[in-house]
Amino acid sequence: MEYTILILLLPVLSFLLLALAGMKMSHRVSGLIGTVVLGAVAALSYMAAYDYFSLPRQADGTFATLVPWNAVWLPFTESLHIDMGVLLDPISVMMLVVISTVSFMVHIYSFGYMKGERGFQRYYAFLSLFTFSMLGLVVATNIFQMYVFWELVGVSSYLLIGFYYTKPEAIAASKKAFIVTRFADLGFLIGILIYGFYVGTFSFTPTETGLMQGAMMLPLALGLMFVGGAGKSAMFPLHIWLPDAMEGPTPVSALIHAATMVVAGVYQVARMFPLYIAYAPDTLHIVAYVGAFTAFYAASVACVQSDIKRVLAFSTISQIGFMMVALGVCTGAPSHEGGLGYMASMFHLFTHAMFKALLFLGAGCIIHAVHSNEMSTMGGLRKYMPVTHITFLIACLAISGIPPFSGFFSKDEILTACFAFSPVMGWIMTLIAGMTAFYMFRLYYGIFWGRENKELHAAHVPHESPLSMTFPLMVLAAITCVAGFIPFGHFVTGDGLSYDIHLDATVAATSCVVAVVAIALATFMYARDTQPVADALARRFPRLHEAAYRRFYMDEAWLFVTKRIIFRCVSRPVAWFDRHVVDGFMNFLAWAANASGEEVQPMQSGRIQAYVLWFMAGIIVLTLMLLLCV
Amino acid sequence: MNNSNLSAILSLHAELSLVVVLVVVLLADLLRKPDAGGRWFRVMVCLLMGVQVFLDLTPDARSLFGGMYVNTPFTSVVKSILSAGTLLVFLQCGEWLGRRDTRFRQGEFYVLTLSTLLGMFFMLSSGHFLMFYIGLETASIPMACVVAMDKYRHHSAEAGAKFILSSMFSSALLLYGLSLLYGTCGTLYFADVPGLLQGSPLQQLALVLFIAGMGFKMSLVPFHLWTADVYQGAPTGVTAYLSVISKGAAAVALAVVLRFVFPLMKDDWTLTIAVLSVVSITVANLMAILQGDMKRFMAFSSISQAGYIVLGALAGTTQGMASMAYYIAVYVVANVAVFAVISTIEQHTGGLTSRDDYRGLYRTNPRLTLVMTLALFSLGGIPPFAGFFSKFFIFAAAFEEGWWVVVFLALLNTIISLYYYLLVVKAMYISEPEDGRCVVAPMRSAPGVRLCLVLCVAGICALGLCSGFYEGLEYWAEAL
Repeated sequence: MEYTILILLLPVLSFLLLALAGMKMSHRVSGLIGTVVLGAVAALSYMAAYDYFSLPRQADGTFATLVPWNAVWLPFTESLHIDMGVLLDPISVMMLVVISTVSFMVHIYSFGYMKGERGFQRYYAFLSLFTFSMLGLVVATNIFQMYVFWELVGVSSYLLIGFYYTKPEAIAASKKAFIVTRFADLGFLIGILIYGFYVGTFSFTPTETGLMQGAMMLPLALGLMFVGGAGKSAMFPLHIWLPDAMEGPTPVSALIHAATMVVAGVYQVARMFPLYIAYAPDTLHIVAYVGAFTAFYAASVACVQSDIKRVLAFSTISQIGFMMVALGVCTGAPSHEGGLGYMASMFHLFTHAMFKALLFLGAGCIIHAVHSNEMSTMGGLRKYMPVTHITFLIACLAISGIPPFSGFFSKDEILTACFAFSPVMGWIMTLIAGMTAFYMFRLYYGIFWGRENKELHAAHVPHESPLSMTFPLMVLAAITCVAGFIPFGHFVTGDGLSYDIHLDATVAATSCVVAVVAIALATFMYARDTQPVADALARRFPRLHEAAYRRFYMDEAWLFVTKRIIFRCVSRPVAWFDRHVVDGFMNFLAWAANASGEEVQPMQSGRIQAYVLWFMAGIIVLTLMLLLCV
Repeated sequence: MNNSNLSAILSLHAELSLVVVLVVVLLADLLRKPDAGGRWFRVMVCLLMGVQVFLDLTPDARSLFGGMYVNTPFTSVVKSILSAGTLLVFLQCGEWLGRRDTRFRQGEFYVLTLSTLLGMFFMLSSGHFLMFYIGLETASIPMACVVAMDKYRHHSAEAGAKFILSSMFSSALLLYGLSLLYGTCGTLYFADVPGLLQGSPLQQLALVLFIAGMGFKMSLVPFHLWTADVYQGAPTGVTAYLSVISKGAAAVALAVVLRFVFPLMKDDWTLTIAVLSVVSITVANLMAILQGDMKRFMAFSSISQAGYIVLGALAGTTQGMASMAYYIAVYVVANVAVFAVISTIEQHTGGLTSRDDYRGLYRTNPRLTLVMTLALFSLGGIPPFAGFFSKFFIFAAAFEEGWWVVVFLALLNTIISLYYYLLVVKAMYISEPEDGRCVVAPMRSAPGVRLCLVLCVAGICALGLCSGFYEGLEYWAEAL
């Protein structure tokens, strides 16, 4: 399967080509190059997945981990070295499929969405760069390669969020995203270094002796790595960058901030999963609690937001929380009892990527039609945009967990895993699933039903998007309809053995009932032209509404911590020290260097007699030094 | 001569092939019309040198002539680096040599330069101090002629005179040191001397004299005073050769001799080298700050770089040797690039070498400026360029042997060096030229120079990032 290296090489070549020569091309050509390359990458990924999963299973019933390419890049010791390569195992192959599919769809979609934008070529160059980095991240053969690509992903996300670099909000958002995730990555790096130091390798599969030495430090190392993962995956309280990241172009949000990059944290935990289970189960459960709290927090914020992309952003955070919970509730229990959550998490990652990308791309169509993100400018759009409407509805049903759409199946597995872990966790997650259905349908009704903003729509009649934009919607909607029936347990499971997914009737029934009730409630509250109940509730609990709208003041809290505490108490004294003591010392050095330069200048007189004299003097001094000192 | 001897002679192949190159160049020069442009002649010399680079490598150690000549894999790799450096210098010199007033002398230039290279090869591979001395002299005397190549230019002639006089002086002292060594040990074979050393005061004096003689070649302070005058006066291509090739060869030769001939006096020579290194780096840095002439400035820069190079000898370990060879390779590409830019500007403007003339260069010659910037960054040790890694490795080697005070002082000095390297960068990019226009007009350098610059830039960028190069050197150094 050596051809898998092409999956990495093609996007990077396309990036280089577009970045270096893009400005000399027309929009059409540059877009075509990016899209065709991505199409090839997607085809190769499907081929790799087909080839990989049709390989015979090993004797113990698992799929072999293949490393078709590997190069030692920086060797430190015999076992500790940084490699660059391609690793294929069930989850990396699955991620290849997810990333290349969504990225390909986004490439096609952007043709219509970004049409005529300034910097169209730059946009496609960055998309290629991002795809390259993300693919490199998932096929990393070792934790350090993962880290390198992890940072590259961060950079390309930064570049894409700040794509509209003339907009101050976009600049601020890109900086915020970069700084927050970079701050979290510090944890990741320290975790890697601890891991490397104590276990003696950067490999995902350390030797027995390495594990013996490092067992004590593993929980700490993994916990720190999870901090990095929490930053990228927008876990509370590091989630603050993701809603702001919506300043980027909407297809970018679909690709990076919904389907691929934000699940990097989940992927990281899944990648280290065997170590978590064997050596740090408590750390793993912390992941679960963080995920559950984040899911709840984000769901409650999503219920009151008025910017449709923000709603989707919080919904993303909430859903990633689900994935984290699913991983976190795994235990070392034998067979599929303990590892069910792992499979569920990966399954949900897969289905979520598809329907969330669909939601974002749909939102993009809507924004394209009404030129605003605010729900108040929408309402009644179903007449104008039938394709967007139907596909959006499918995605809403999927995320709410209504059968037979894909979200139902994956979410059901997550809930089953949670109930197996503890009933409390199970009920909490069921409740959050209900909230998900509620806010998604609030969004749906707010956009497509409800009172139409007639004035605005009369001035500019909303229209359905061109085929280049609706085609990806239809593809993703089709995937959302059928993805639930993929026998996912045959491909990806916690212990690598094949497993038939069977629905737990009680859990499935409960979650269905909860979802239907939540949707009914949303219909009751938001489907009509006026919303007396919702308004009355907002009036009845003004504080709560305001707090939720303001995302429970998390941004303010962070600003307080950074501006008031860190800037004032740490940065200012440091700045003073730097300006007066460090700079003073440096100025002194410079002055001293200049002055002594003047002093030694006469030595260089130009007379060769003097040179010889210095030569002799040097020999005498050195000889005396040796005679006296040694 | 029987068969085994014949094959033994063949293990001299680096030197033999260099002699062949030399003879071919000499004959070709005789057959050439002296007033013709000689472009093909230059191309031929460069091609021959390109082949030479690969002929130098030997995978196994050989000893010849009863131990007079010893070739090891490590020295063969150093020879290869030196040949590559010479090739770069030749490429860069093409423009200068093709000038109307120099073209009839280009054969002499090549023959003389290759003779010095041959001398260095023998110096590196010697197994006996006499051989060593002959190699050293072969490397010095033709050099003086090359320095005085522009003999009708006052500076060049003066530089030649200064070089030959101080060179004679230092050789005399080195010979004196060798005679003391012979007097106390009764032999000059590298293999025999270690067993006969006691560290007596006479031997200590011999050691100091030997180090001083080599310090002269490498221009370590206080044996460096000829450097600035000679570098400034000599034709720029020659200066480039002096600053990288002579220096590199001398450094490696010194390190090898110290490590394998004076192991019993390790305390003596490490202390001497440590002092020389720190003093060289510091004094040269202080002087460099004050220089306004680019060639003089680069002279002091190269003295301070020599101070860093001997840190590798200070470590006296395999890692030290490898990092030293690596440092030299990295230093060669960066320094040759700087000199290539200086010489191009000098050739095209009729001799402008002052830093003030470089103000605003960015606007007239952006590509030359970029090359210069990268090379200066590498010399200053800014990551991710190769210069950072070479400094890192050489510091690490010295640090591991416990020389952390020296490493600290050297580190402190890198800050100063950064200052003066950035002065040039600042002049090129930021400073306003006096009348608003850079005095250097936009220009197009000769193809040879361009090839040289491309190779140098590739080296500056790649030598650091490809870890294989350093590992290769370490591997060869282990086989020393």
